[in-house]
Amino acid sequence: MRRAYDEELEKLHRQFFQMGNRVNEAIYKSIKAFANHDKELAKQVIDEDIKINEMEHQLEHDCIELIALQQPVTADLRKIITVMKACADLERMGDHAVSISKSTIRVKGNKRNTMIENKISLAGEKIKVMGQEIIDAYIQYDTQKAREIAHKDEAIDTLADEIKKASIDEMRQDPELVLGATDYILVSTYIERMGDYITNISEWILYFETGEIQELNTHHNYS
Amino acid sequence: MSRTTKITVRDLKLWYGDFEALHGVDLDIYEKEITAFIGPSGCGKSTLIKTLNRMNDLVENCRIEGTVELDGKDIYSRKVELNNLRKRVGMVFQQPNPFPKSIYDNIAFGPRTHGIKNKSELDEIVEKSLKQAAIWDEVKDHLDRNALSISGGQQQRICIARALAVEPDVLLMDEPTSALDPISTSKIEELVSELKNDYTIVMVTHNMQQASRISDRTAFFLNGNIIEQDETRKIFTNPSETETDNYISGRFG
Repeated sequence: MRRAYDEELEKLHRQFFQMGNRVNEAIYKSIKAFANHDKELAKQVIDEDIKINEMEHQLEHDCIELIALQQPVTADLRKIITVMKACADLERMGDHAVSISKSTIRVKGNKRNTMIENKISLAGEKIKVMGQEIIDAYIQYDTQKAREIAHKDEAIDTLADEIKKASIDEMRQDPELVLGATDYILVSTYIERMGDYITNISEWILYFETGEIQELNTHHNYS
Repeated sequence: MSRTTKITVRDLKLWYGDFEALHGVDLDIYEKEITAFIGPSGCGKSTLIKTLNRMNDLVENCRIEGTVELDGKDIYSRKVELNNLRKRVGMVFQQPNPFPKSIYDNIAFGPRTHGIKNKSELDEIVEKSLKQAAIWDEVKDHLDRNALSISGGQQQRICIARALAVEPDVLLMDEPTSALDPISTSKIEELVSELKNDYTIVMVTHNMQQASRISDRTAFFLNGNIIEQDETRKIFTNPSETETDNYISGRFG
């Protein structure tokens, strides 16, 4: 019976990989659409998010069924729990790609600021790479890589902070920017949140290998 | 997926003397699927599985009402020849029960009874059956050994091979692994899930995990009734009846 069970576990792994690729594609497109003011591409991201949600539901359903039918223990149990938790993080990343796309559609026509948009593109590029790396690390259960990726989240946080400050400064100087810059702040927050979800997935990779639930980047400071 | 019904049980009542053991059971068993019977002791699982190839005929004072159809034909009709029925519906029991004969003769027993005498033909059947039962590699070099001299897990696979040797349509298994250790159990489970490609399998088990792991459908028995029968995935994730839920999750009494 072990064989059929192993095949089911392998299938979960494959489905997770496919979902990860979809989410990364959504992130890639949402950043590209934002940088190029491409409303059509942004709409595409929103439409395609339905598929990501379906994939999450399918994964959750399959995990629940495996737990009920196979009564997994040890590494098998950790594998299933890891998929279940990490796919929820992936799904949220997809939702943030949708939010970025909605901002893209909204800001079109508002007054813009190239300096800030460049910073956003830069943060977007970084998050895109992290998104691809985390899926690779997950597939190989590479804990070393997982830690490295989580570490990169600090650079994202710093950039997001810079974007917020720059947006506020620009708004002070030019009230016409208020509409557009509000979305800049929102988008920087979405990207920052994606980084947090990627960190969560890193934590689940560590959990699979070690059996310990741990916090990688803590934000328990007052600023 | 379109499914063919292999066995249909309708309003089946069964008495041992004055005791009514089954109170009008309805059940459908589908072709090339594994159907598991679960439920507490004395609830009628073994009684029902025995009616499917008329093993209950051997029990004194046992009588039935209702119908059991195999491929749409009543197996309790006078026209049915018992030997023929049991050729089509084979059985494997809880305790491995090979005959005190050689491994070869155990497997060849059924085909011989059905008139096959030719040595090379019998050789072929023996090899094929042992292979199907996933035990050929372990016994091929000593087919003349007494079947009782090998391990319990191996004996059980010999019994499965013996049942397969007459090429049945249906295989009934009454707790086939309850006398075996976890490794032999896992081998039998692996084997059973392979066999469903060619056979319809009905299995009584006290091991709910076993039912959940390998069966396609599960029927839950209680006090001579079938409380619920459905897809195994449904029964084990969200059964319709509270009694099923209680039993499966271990809330008894």
